[in-house]
Amino acid sequence: MDTLALDLARFQFAFTVAFHIIFPSFTIGLASYLAVLEGLWLKTNNEKYIQLYKYWLKIFAVSFGMGVVSGIVLSYQFGTNWSVFSDKTGPILGPLMGYEILTAFFLEAGFLGVMLFGMQRVGKKLHFASTCVVAFGTFLSAFWILSVNSWMQTPAGYAINEVGQFIPDDWFAIIFNPSFPYRLVHMLLASYLTTALVVSAVGAYHLIKAPHNPLAKTMFSMALWMITIVTPIQIIAGDLHGLNTLQYQPAKVAAMEGHYQSHDGAPLILFGIPDDQAKEMRYQVAIPKLGSLILTHDLNGRVEGLDAFPESDHPPVSIVFWSFRVMVGIGFAMLMIGLFSLWLRKKGRLYDMPLFHRVCIVFGPAGFVAVLSGWITTEVGRQPFTVYGLLRTVDSASPIDALAISFSLAAFVVVYLCVFGAGFFYLIRLMRKSPTRYEKSLDPRLADGAQVPPASHPNRLT
Amino acid sequence: MDYALIWYGLIGLAVLIYVVLDGFDLGIGILFPKATEESERDLMMNSIAPVWDGNETWLVLGGGGLFAVFPLAYSIVMPALYAPLMIMLLGLVLRGVSFEYRFRTKRGKFIWDTSFFVGSLAAAAMQGIMLGAMLQGIEIEGRSYAGGWFDWLTPFTLFCGFATICAYALLGACWLVIKLPNELAERYYGVAKRWGLALVFCIVIVSAWLPLSQQIVSQRWFNLPNSILYFTVPVMAVICIWQLFKSLNNHRAVRAYLFAIGLFLVSAIGFSVSTFPYIVPFAVTYSDAAAPDSSLKFLLAGTAFLLPMVIAYSAYAYWVFRGKLKHEEGYH
Ligand code: HDD
Ligand code: HEM
Ligand code: HEM
Repeated sequence: MDTLALDLARFQFAFTVAFHIIFPSFTIGLASYLAVLEGLWLKTNNEKYIQLYKYWLKIFAVSFGMGVVSGIVLSYQFGTNWSVFSDKTGPILGPLMGYEILTAFFLEAGFLGVMLFGMQRVGKKLHFASTCVVAFGTFLSAFWILSVNSWMQTPAGYAINEVGQFIPDDWFAIIFNPSFPYRLVHMLLASYLTTALVVSAVGAYHLIKAPHNPLAKTMFSMALWMITIVTPIQIIAGDLHGLNTLQYQPAKVAAMEGHYQSHDGAPLILFGIPDDQAKEMRYQVAIPKLGSLILTHDLNGRVEGLDAFPESDHPPVSIVFWSFRVMVGIGFAMLMIGLFSLWLRKKGRLYDMPLFHRVCIVFGPAGFVAVLSGWITTEVGRQPFTVYGLLRTVDSASPIDALAISFSLAAFVVVYLCVFGAGFFYLIRLMRKSPTRYEKSLDPRLADGAQVPPASHPNRLT
Repeated sequence: MDYALIWYGLIGLAVLIYVVLDGFDLGIGILFPKATEESERDLMMNSIAPVWDGNETWLVLGGGGLFAVFPLAYSIVMPALYAPLMIMLLGLVLRGVSFEYRFRTKRGKFIWDTSFFVGSLAAAAMQGIMLGAMLQGIEIEGRSYAGGWFDWLTPFTLFCGFATICAYALLGACWLVIKLPNELAERYYGVAKRWGLALVFCIVIVSAWLPLSQQIVSQRWFNLPNSILYFTVPVMAVICIWQLFKSLNNHRAVRAYLFAIGLFLVSAIGFSVSTFPYIVPFAVTYSDAAAPDSSLKFLLAGTAFLLPMVIAYSAYAYWVFRGKLKHEEGYH
């Protein structure tokens, strides 16, 4: 296996999985949002909720379709790119993914049709049940796949047989491996936040266009409550996640923190340029002792740097260092947005502060950036292993030559950019349409999209 | 108990269900250019829009199941079929997104109509080619694939690709006869007959070609007393074909569809009696490739009640959308 083929295979896998995760991080959150909207509609009988539901349902359908097709590609990529890895980990990871298919994918797929097309055929209650089932399916899918990923990060409950395969010893320990609960919580919250950011951006956009648009108000307010409440929880969850990583993958944390050397009373490095050759952080801006305080909860606690690990086990520092900062930076920016929205609510100005609305629009895609940088931190930080400490990436790859991978990689890049590029275009177009297009039944006097003099603004309810 | 054998059967079942369900689904893609007007294409698309995702999930189960219970086979077959697999996946991407995209644009609709057709055709052809490549045998060394990068590309595999296109188009046409409004459906009886004829031709050729080129296969089929048992397979095939055409002639749509499926079933039996007990023909048997019993048991425990449930609610989803399509249906 030459290194060129290996690098190509890695790049191809990273490309396809990174494309895939964009969609689940949106659809997991959106499915739950839709369930909430439909539930509110059934409970309050308020038309605005079902109109919002219909508005987001179309967006959901397009994103879900993209998530499904990019996911199907992934389920085969394990075998095509990482055949040795598949042979060795199949007995453990295979059944977990099998359960993902049987409990989650079928559930989502089976009820998606009813959710999208079945309102007239099954009636309100069953339709609501289908929406809930789809949302629950996305949760189950995240549960199993994150268990799989976490086992690769912090393997537990296994033995190794005579042909070198990992074989199960204790299924409970395998599924609930040490990093799994943290990763599951962190990722689910990440999806809710990602969705909330998109919803708030769409709401903000329509508020700027029509300040009294009632549906835009509702979605904007709902999304900002979500951001305000969930972001602090996410920051705490992320901190706990990091402490767990410190325990099981200390080299990864050293790379995230940018510590080449071990310290007692380590500083918290805010920024700097990692230099892997010289093994030092150039131009660093740091707060003394804070690093130790965060990681050990003691001002003079000992924090291990990369020098504590054999060089052959070092992950690449700069990628991990930077992607981690991007994610954390976005997390704190979201905290600010949430707090500011509280203040605006108190002043009663949530809906008439165009500058804030512009900020929300700019932050619309930030959740995706945070999710991707989080995954890059996680996955690059565990290099050079695919099963941490046990199976190296070099020893995981398929015996495929560089030429074949180059061709398929090129094909993936071209097809994905065209197909998903078009998808993004359609999504943006759907989001730019005013949700009040569905207002017809709210106010029968107004024709769809009719021009109305400013005095009776088409978006005003009364 | 031989858990590996149970799993061999279950994976086979998943693949068979996949072929039958996604078969008509891909078949509609293959027949897409046959539609004369846009409204007809809309109807064709809407006849599968609520179920296509579920159909394709059986493919995920086939691949994922192989990874779980026969990891060695998965890790040999995937690299061996690298190129056709990649093309199939790209084809599935192209057709999968068309379901939503084509209703999101007017100007660009023809692009997604084309990509639906091309993607379906490519996926069908590649599935046939992969089947052919398996029948042809896969070369291994130790625990990994050892053949060349174009071993999958032979006249035999290409022919199998063509056969699969015919088979899926037949299923697609039968489905359309059932689902389309009467005035549009009529035409597809003829379409089904033509593709059915092509399929029969392919089956005859493959049945002759395979034993001639594979000694292992011919020994099985042409050795008394086994032959007597084996030759019930072609007899069943003949019955299915005869009934299929009879139903098409009498315009009995559901019956035709069921016999088309019967033909698939018989072909699957033919395939498995030719290759059993190999899971990577003719190199690795199912018991060599199996994961340890602890993995097989763990997954089987859940599958035993999950699979019937999956089948039940998938059937429910079909039931919800039963009957002929009306022009104004679909949420778009
Ligand atoms: C909206 C998304 C989002 C936001 C705002 C944050 N994260 Fe995060 N983070 C993720 C989305 C994410 C992720 C994509 O979901 C990851 C990758 C794997 C995982 O479980 O979560 C992740 C991984 C990840 C890891 C690596 C864990 C490992 O070793 O696998 C750490 C230590 C943190 N996060 C910590 C934080 C902290 C301290 C945050 C506070 C600001 C934070 N995250 C905000
Ligand atoms: C939970 C399911 C996931 C599994 C099972 C998984 C598995 C893997 C495996 C086997 C590799 C090995 C190849 C390598 O290290 O080079 C890898 C690398 C990688 N994965 Fe993941 N991954 C998962 C999720 C994700 C997600 C959601 C992303 C999103 C961006 C991601 C990003 C990456 C990247 C960027 C690499 C390349 C790292 C590098 O080698 O430099 N992974 N992953
Ligand atoms: C490398 C790892 C991964 C593989 C092999 C994989 C595989 C798949 C497959 C095959 C599908 C399509 C299923 C269908 O037919 O409906 C899918 C969809 C999905 N995946 Fe992944 N996946 C991976 C990573 C992830 C991660 C990390 C998450 C979330 C935490 C995730 C969440 C989902 C969800 C929610 C869907 C449903 C479709 C959607 O929401 O867009 N997957 N995945």
